[in-house]
Amino acid sequence: MAKVKVAWFDFCCCEGCQIEMTNFGEPFLKLLELVEPVEFREAMSEKTTERINVSFIEGSFSREEDRVRLEEIRERSDVVVAYGACAVTGGINALKNHFEMDDYKEAVYGADKDMPHLDTQDAKPVSAAIKVDYAIPGCPIDKDEFLRVVTQLVHGTSKVYVPTYPVCLECKLRETVCRYDDGDHCMGQVALAGCGAPCPADGIPCEACRGFVENPNEKALEQVLQERGGLSAAWAKKKSQMFTANLRGDA
Amino acid sequence: MPTKNVNIDVHHVTRVEGHGNIVVNVTDGTVEKCEWRVPEAPRFFEAMVRGRHYSEVARITSRICGICSVGHTLASIKATEEALGITISKQTDLLRRILKHAENFDSHVLHVYFLVAPDLLGAPSVFPLAATHTEVVKRALRMKRLGHEWASTIGGRSTHPNKAVPGGFTNLPDNANNPREAAKALETLKQKILDMVPDAVETFKLLGDLAPNIPTFERPTEYIGLVDDVEYGLYDGKIGCLLPDGTKEIVEIDDYRSVTNEYMTPLSTAKYAKHKMESYMTGALARININYDALHPEAKKIAEGLGFSAPCLNPYFNSIAQFIECINSAYMSVGYIDELLEIGIKDEPLAKPTKFGKGSGATEVPRGILFHEYEYDKDGFCTMGNCIIPTNQNHANIQHDFDKLLPELLEAGKSEKEIELALEMLVRAYDPCISCSTHYLDVKFTK
Ligand code: SF4
Ligand code: SF4
Ligand code: SF4
Repeated sequence: MAKVKVAWFDFCCCEGCQIEMTNFGEPFLKLLELVEPVEFREAMSEKTTERINVSFIEGSFSREEDRVRLEEIRERSDVVVAYGACAVTGGINALKNHFEMDDYKEAVYGADKDMPHLDTQDAKPVSAAIKVDYAIPGCPIDKDEFLRVVTQLVHGTSKVYVPTYPVCLECKLRETVCRYDDGDHCMGQVALAGCGAPCPADGIPCEACRGFVENPNEKALEQVLQERGGLSAAWAKKKSQMFTANLRGDA
Repeated sequence: MPTKNVNIDVHHVTRVEGHGNIVVNVTDGTVEKCEWRVPEAPRFFEAMVRGRHYSEVARITSRICGICSVGHTLASIKATEEALGITISKQTDLLRRILKHAENFDSHVLHVYFLVAPDLLGAPSVFPLAATHTEVVKRALRMKRLGHEWASTIGGRSTHPNKAVPGGFTNLPDNANNPREAAKALETLKQKILDMVPDAVETFKLLGDLAPNIPTFERPTEYIGLVDDVEYGLYDGKIGCLLPDGTKEIVEIDDYRSVTNEYMTPLSTAKYAKHKMESYMTGALARININYDALHPEAKKIAEGLGFSAPCLNPYFNSIAQFIECINSAYMSVGYIDELLEIGIKDEPLAKPTKFGKGSGATEVPRGILFHEYEYDKDGFCTMGNCIIPTNQNHANIQHDFDKLLPELLEAGKSEKEIELALEMLVRAYDPCISCSTHYLDVKFTK
């Protein structure tokens, strides 16, 4: 079997998702039996002019000038996979979309805020600029899920499987004490599963880094966060701005 | 014969985290332009934390950088704890030190093996080495995996650690059900770290063989890094500033702004920094120059074996300093695990806030000293945030290295290709993690 030519590209992000791929240990060499990395700026000096079979894109689309680069990647690739919350939903970067631009530029750069190279627009998912074939959510991605998607793609699957049920289900399955029973709050009811619910198991709330399930009941979430989680009305209202700012009704 | 004209254009320098550009014009022996540029998309974290609850802030600022996420989490938590009057336990302090050493090891392995070694072995990346130097790559992957497991045992995850929060750790190491199991998990971790020693020794030999390939270049500059009473400055301490004449100044963390003196430049979306001299260096080489005596004896042995002597003024030696630090981090963590087992692991609740105000915190991330500062309102919501990352502090120093290095390379009659490689290797040696603030590394030489 000919090796699948893969490339990695990154936009506005923390590069934490690509770091996850370096954590496999020696089995990583097995992956290299199936795929041939042809471009990956952080790791390689090599570039390719040949057709890329699968391109993995990390990071948000947050500057108009990124659109051209994204379109080029799309043109060069058979399949485009967005990986990580930044690329899939805008992720943490979209938190700023809820502020006035002038306000946040001033908070960071003060009097220098009007320098032209500081211009950005709302942080958006990669799919806002180009067609994305598959998405691997999470902040960071789960490396086993990444491997599963790659394996499916390499073997020519027609559909990559990502769960549609909420994190609560996975959390109950692993018998974690519910954060609400521990005097905390949580967003597992509306968060998209697939991660195996590591956050409640680690003793912190799920903040839906993978995004929402389809048609999340935002009103009910706000209510539960207040009534059972003890959050103030204001906090409950903006809780889901952290990783799901672009998925909210008010986005 | 000195080189007279240079025209190189490398867009987005590869094998660095984040994006930076190098623009150089040399015409008839005159350097017209020699610039280090950082055009990364700004990300506005300081604004994004405003209005967020103190329990959420570290989980937001952790996303500034996926490689230094442990450090960002810890600096953030420390600043928040100072602002909220939270005092942590001895156990939390020791666990955080182990977690910090884990990140230092993990990131340095990634940098030394995956990003720098290809230059020294004459390969464009680590992937071809998988076929030509299979054992080296296997060892790299094993060591990287260890770094990941080490941090995960303590922090829950190695990227964006879940369990380190203001006031302590949410769960016992390895999410153990009871202190006895947690102690076992730490014993296992200790053994894994000790088992890595043979791999480290092989790396040591490899670096020894490759050391002659490291360019010779020196430039006296100021070195800034944490100085700690307890150990080699990494997790905690005060700000140590070392000048080339050997004078050392110690500054309180709360006065960090008097050290960083950030300023904006049109060359960059990142802010630059300067202290006593026109620029300063922070990172492994700076730390080792400031703290050499505090290194673990085993790390000192490695340093001596590699012919490393502090202060070392060659920025290319940052990668060697990183490897010496790997050994230091391994042995220091083993020591801390012993200490924890000796005092006995306890299931501790999180320490609670006693006030709401302003506070700053610092820790060393792999690339240098990192500062976070926040202010909270009476309900615990953040009203101000400031984060100063090491890569930004190094930008000006890289520029000044360029200004000295380029004429030397021209004088030595180096070819355009050689100059390009030397400049790229210099940038890589700093291990810049430009994505932190803002994202790109291009070398652009125009005639
Ligand atoms: S999704 Fe999260 S971990 Fe991945 S690049 Fe974005 S911020 Fe980093
Ligand atoms: S902890 Fe969160 S994810 Fe788990 S069951 Fe409770 S609400 Fe659901
Ligand atoms: S539990 Fe929630 S926050 Fe944690 S990884 Fe899963 S979706 Fe993300």
